[in-house]
Amino acid sequence: MDLVTFGVQLLNAIQYGMVLFLVASGLTLVFGILGVINLAHGAFYMLGAYLAYWIAAYTGSFWIAMVAGVVIAFVVGLVLENVFIRRLYGRDHLVQVLLSFGLILVIDEAREILFGKDVHSVAPPAWLSGSIQLTDNLSYPVYRLAICGFCLIVAALIFLVITRTKIGMIVRAGAENREMTRVLGIKFDVVNRYVFAVGIALAALGGIVIAPISTVFPGMGDGMLILSFVVVVLGGIGSVAGAAVGALLIGLTDTFGKVFFPSVSSILIYVLMAAVLLWRPNGILGRREV
Amino acid sequence: MRGWFIPVVLLVAAIALPFVVPTYYVQFVSKAFIMGILAMALNLAVGHGGMVSLCHAAFFGLAGYVLALLSPGYDPASLLLTLPAAMLAAAAAALIIGALALRTRGVYFIMVTLAFGEMLFFLFHDTGIAGGSDGAYVNAKPEIAIAGHQLLDLASPMAFYFVVLFFLIATVAILTMLVQSPFGHALAAARDNERRARSLGFPIYRIRLIAFVVSGAIAGLAGYFAAAQFGFVAPQMLGWHLSATVLVMVLIGGLCSVTGPLIGALVLIVLEEVLKASTDYWKLIEGLIIIVIVLALPGGVRQLWPMIFGERSEERPVRQAAPSIVEGRNG
Repeated sequence: MDLVTFGVQLLNAIQYGMVLFLVASGLTLVFGILGVINLAHGAFYMLGAYLAYWIAAYTGSFWIAMVAGVVIAFVVGLVLENVFIRRLYGRDHLVQVLLSFGLILVIDEAREILFGKDVHSVAPPAWLSGSIQLTDNLSYPVYRLAICGFCLIVAALIFLVITRTKIGMIVRAGAENREMTRVLGIKFDVVNRYVFAVGIALAALGGIVIAPISTVFPGMGDGMLILSFVVVVLGGIGSVAGAAVGALLIGLTDTFGKVFFPSVSSILIYVLMAAVLLWRPNGILGRREV
Repeated sequence: MRGWFIPVVLLVAAIALPFVVPTYYVQFVSKAFIMGILAMALNLAVGHGGMVSLCHAAFFGLAGYVLALLSPGYDPASLLLTLPAAMLAAAAAALIIGALALRTRGVYFIMVTLAFGEMLFFLFHDTGIAGGSDGAYVNAKPEIAIAGHQLLDLASPMAFYFVVLFFLIATVAILTMLVQSPFGHALAAARDNERRARSLGFPIYRIRLIAFVVSGAIAGLAGYFAAAQFGFVAPQMLGWHLSATVLVMVLIGGLCSVTGPLIGALVLIVLEEVLKASTDYWKLIEGLIIIVIVLALPGGVRQLWPMIFGERSEERPVRQAAPSIVEGRNG
């Protein structure tokens, strides 16, 4: 493999990892703050992609689709938290698993009623649709580079909010010790609602930015859910930095696995997960169990 | 007297059933019994062991694939050879996945079992083993034959029904013995208070792993008969949607008894059948029903019984020993 091909694959790996990070950070935030395991997270990724397809087809603008898709997901998140998720706080994980499984069935069927079950593709914005000529027969799509840049900006924003703002302080304190934070007078009812909505919006955003480079199909949420779980297990639950590390590891393993070991590439990330479980059962950046 | 009266009536009804209803219903009840075995197997891990596993469909499907791979072309496979092989394969998978997943707790355990289960799904989906995503056929149903003389042929729905019924009763018996044995009490102790059980000297990790492997092997038993009944295996058999559906059955039936999940399986399968017949959007309704059950009846449909039939004392010792893990706080 020459240097240019290597570079292209590296960029692919990073781009893949960045999108994974967007989705998985939403999942890890929701778990870290709300203590709720949300299996429906992947369904919102799928819903984001379908919203992007639908709104872009209707308005002709990818940007409107992006903004509207995120806003819709955020509002849906607020409503869902208020109606269902709120009742799960402090409940057993089994109940959370099954309630979110019920949500998946409902969302899947709602998607089929609203958008059908066809496979779609979404055009990237015109000025990002070209590609950069690297060598005579190798080129790299601009849109993939744009994803890298965009996800980096979002990731930086997430880190800034979490490490530098009061909201971030509450979020970190909540992940560390929820009871103590509550005793100190933080109103988790409100924090929970917005964290859940942001988590859902991040999942949808992941689906929206991936729509132009992948196809939009009904089962896309399932694959992403599993990958997000692996990312969270690798990085440590509740840790956004851990999610970043886990997502990049998965991106690298999957992309280079497909290049070097194509026959076993689909199980490589699970081998990686098994290795991390043997080495650090609570994730690379996870806290040791007390 | 009440302790054995109801089971005996149910058993007589189950034996009489195939002689009075059409073949379609015999096959339908066989399918429900197979899912009941799977749900009871899962409940050994979830209800009695406190291990919320999302990979039992993988053990179920793996055993089905073993039957498909061992079936010689268009001839029937030998039940006495392929069934132990299928259960052994499921147990081996449960041993490896359990050994890794049990290094974690709570929500990690759920995620890790889900991920490893999906690994098996992708193994059969993406690689060429047994037809990839298209699945594979089990052309002839397994049989028991000695020296070329056929003693039992599962191709007859009636024979199939009774074989499944036999294994259903065997599963109930084995699980009941296991749960009431010292091993079962240690398992329940580890679920209720891990630290205390550990300090009493119980080898928690090993106890949980054994329960997980037994549970996986029985899930394999169910998968073997599911593959034999449909004559077809596909990767979806290993997918986590099935695992979650079986968890719903367990929750409907209640976590604290051996036979509860069997009732849950019957309830959910009949419900699905009715919904499928009445609406195109049956999954939407099913999802909503699951949500309502989860929010309103965390102890399962059995919670309804005292409300309908009046208070009734529970004979099962597990019940008294275990504050349902659903009611306890694990957050």
